[in-house]
Amino acid sequence: MSYRIVHYINQFYAGIGGEEKADIRPEIREGVVGPGMALKGALGSEATVVATVICGDSYFASNMEQASAEILEMMKQYKPDAVVAGPAFNAGRYGTACGAICEAVMKNLGIPAVSGMYPENPGVEMYKKSFYIVETPDSAVGMRKAIPAMAKLVLKLLKGETLGTPAEEGYIERGIRKNKFYDKLAAERAVDMFVAKLQGKPFVTEYPMPVFDRVPPNPAVKDMKNATIALVTSGGICPKGNPDHIEASSASKFGEYDITDVKDLTCDDFCTAHGGYDATYADQDADRVLPVDVLRDMEKEGVFKKLYNKFYSTVGNGTAVASAKKFGAEIARKLIADGVTAVILTST
Amino acid sequence: MPISLKGGKERTMKLELHRVKISKLAWGDATSAKDGVLTVNKEELLSVLAGDERLTKVDVDFAQPGESVRILPVKDVVEPRFKLEGAGGVFPGMLSDVETVGEGKTLVLSGAAVVTTGKIVRFQEGIIDMSGPGAEYTPYSATCNVVVILENAKGIDKHEYETACRMAGLKAAAYLAEKCAGAKVDAVETYESLSLKDMPAPPTLPKVAYLYMLQSQGLLHDTYLYGVDVKKILPTYLNPTEVMDGAIVSGNCVSACDKNNTYVHQNNPVIANMFKRHGVDFNFIGCIVTNENVTLLDKRRSSSYAVKLARTLGVDGLLISEEGFGNPDADLIMNCWKAERAGIKTTLLTDEYAGQDGASQSLADSCVEGDACVTAGNANEVIVLPPMDKVIGEPEEANVIAGGWQGSLAADGTITVELQAILGSTSELGYTKLGAYTI
Repeated sequence: MSYRIVHYINQFYAGIGGEEKADIRPEIREGVVGPGMALKGALGSEATVVATVICGDSYFASNMEQASAEILEMMKQYKPDAVVAGPAFNAGRYGTACGAICEAVMKNLGIPAVSGMYPENPGVEMYKKSFYIVETPDSAVGMRKAIPAMAKLVLKLLKGETLGTPAEEGYIERGIRKNKFYDKLAAERAVDMFVAKLQGKPFVTEYPMPVFDRVPPNPAVKDMKNATIALVTSGGICPKGNPDHIEASSASKFGEYDITDVKDLTCDDFCTAHGGYDATYADQDADRVLPVDVLRDMEKEGVFKKLYNKFYSTVGNGTAVASAKKFGAEIARKLIADGVTAVILTST
Repeated sequence: MPISLKGGKERTMKLELHRVKISKLAWGDATSAKDGVLTVNKEELLSVLAGDERLTKVDVDFAQPGESVRILPVKDVVEPRFKLEGAGGVFPGMLSDVETVGEGKTLVLSGAAVVTTGKIVRFQEGIIDMSGPGAEYTPYSATCNVVVILENAKGIDKHEYETACRMAGLKAAAYLAEKCAGAKVDAVETYESLSLKDMPAPPTLPKVAYLYMLQSQGLLHDTYLYGVDVKKILPTYLNPTEVMDGAIVSGNCVSACDKNNTYVHQNNPVIANMFKRHGVDFNFIGCIVTNENVTLLDKRRSSSYAVKLARTLGVDGLLISEEGFGNPDADLIMNCWKAERAGIKTTLLTDEYAGQDGASQSLADSCVEGDACVTAGNANEVIVLPPMDKVIGEPEEANVIAGGWQGSLAADGTITVELQAILGSTSELGYTKLGAYTI
């Protein structure tokens, strides 16, 4: 059996034209077009390029969602087992289009997708986490090198073979951590690395230290008297029984809970969902984590105008930074829409 | 426990581990070890554990390698050991007197383990599968487990329940090993904790120490050193052989994958591998134990104090192991850069929380000095555990355990969880072969 592959290229590589033809709408042609010939050769007998989608770079960039949907529909008719896009080298809009198409293919068709780009192509940064992008030189001069590498990678993915490291396979590092069993215990690996470092010999760290966003806090609120203050916590406070089933660790969601007329979080109505600390004291009195009682007093004293009538809560324990970032952005949107002036973030 | 005050006259602390290999468990009239079989008198073991008012029910069961058995929720694992000769007794300050341990002869039932179970904090107990895909991830699928099932008296606090479970595990382990004193020993290993005075004189080899971080975030995230809650210690020096006699005991209720169980402290693989390279690649001068308290003040105090100890001892390098994740990442990083800036080379041993898709940052803190880091894998990676013929404990706990979610337990008994829920799967003492790489 030969695997069925659909190839995606732009108007330039299809020989239709350069910038002046960049607004052409997507079309699909049976068989190979342009660089598809080289791809066909590299795939050999194991896979066949059944069709080629061609789309203008400008058209795609200006109509991303619609163009993606149209292209997916065209591809589906050819029942592909995998999609190959490009290579786009250092062409920015082409790279972005290849990235968007491959991401959509992976997500919607559930089949492998591979592209090839120069590491500085903006499409790399945008899409490398979603699929494999083979590293190519910055121009079409590198076609002869890029195509066989892309063919080799897509065949491996089609056969379900385990992929090696970026250096071994020639793809651009995606920044995704994968587990594997090594030959030695982690303790022995650590002592090996320790000895190498002490002796000034080369060693490769198993985890390069991460780089974080550092968010500078906003300036202090000037007019507290008229401020609406909200409470948001990663300490897991929720209505008793945890109605949204927020996970004890590695949370996949946050909850929104109404505290209109609530003056005090009592053990009859509130608890914590957090699995990273002993919940005894938070369950006895959830104000210890989310100080509604004190803020109600301050509201009464006129320190600020109003305590926002909802609080947002999730569990910070072992929760991925990507999830936390998503929750934060959604919560901030809601708070801004409701005219909240400032927010107190409590953790545990 | 017999108490001996006969300390060694030599400066060097020499400890012999007398290993009796166990590959099978059996019930019988007399607790004893013979031909690889540990026979357990159930009544007698239960009588040793009886009398604790904090527990309403105590039961014992077996789980052996290869069986279709799942144990959850697991609190701790302890290796049966007993002091044949030398000062003090096993688990000093906890089960035995406070006398310093780490020299003489200690009997080890290698291949056997006591596993304690109970719904203490619920989120923070783990899963052991004795066969199937889950078994590959936990070191305790390879041990013959005497499972002690502990139910609490109504109305007692969680920390009282934790204490009762911790003590039951230690008692059971000490009892089993004591009853096997006199059994044929399969192997003897000798370890020496040298005094600084006796370290090989020409300093041709670098001097190194092991910075041994212990979980001490409090509220049931506790570890004990000679019975002392390590929240309350300043970093201190410890001989590696003391650890082998149970000087460090886990009292932790934290995520199952990377809490350092008492068993792993007893068998600390970092210490074992440091001993292997001692005299060849470096001079291993021992352990500096430190804590992971929650306040910034404590973190600053302990990291500065630990690095000061390392400087005073004149070490060129520190291997640093963490326990837990998130908040303790800050301690790990502080220890790292403070040591490096003092001219001490470091290597870090940790694990990762990179999200289920592996796409997020793995640590909660970072420093450029942390250029040598070994990890025991991404704890967020998801695994499917097929049903087992027998479950010791309560399978529905999978829905609330750290690493699980509502719906983790399927109707047929299949459990889908993050590795986080599997006991010892991403051991930060490096007791497994798991690791991670970047694709």
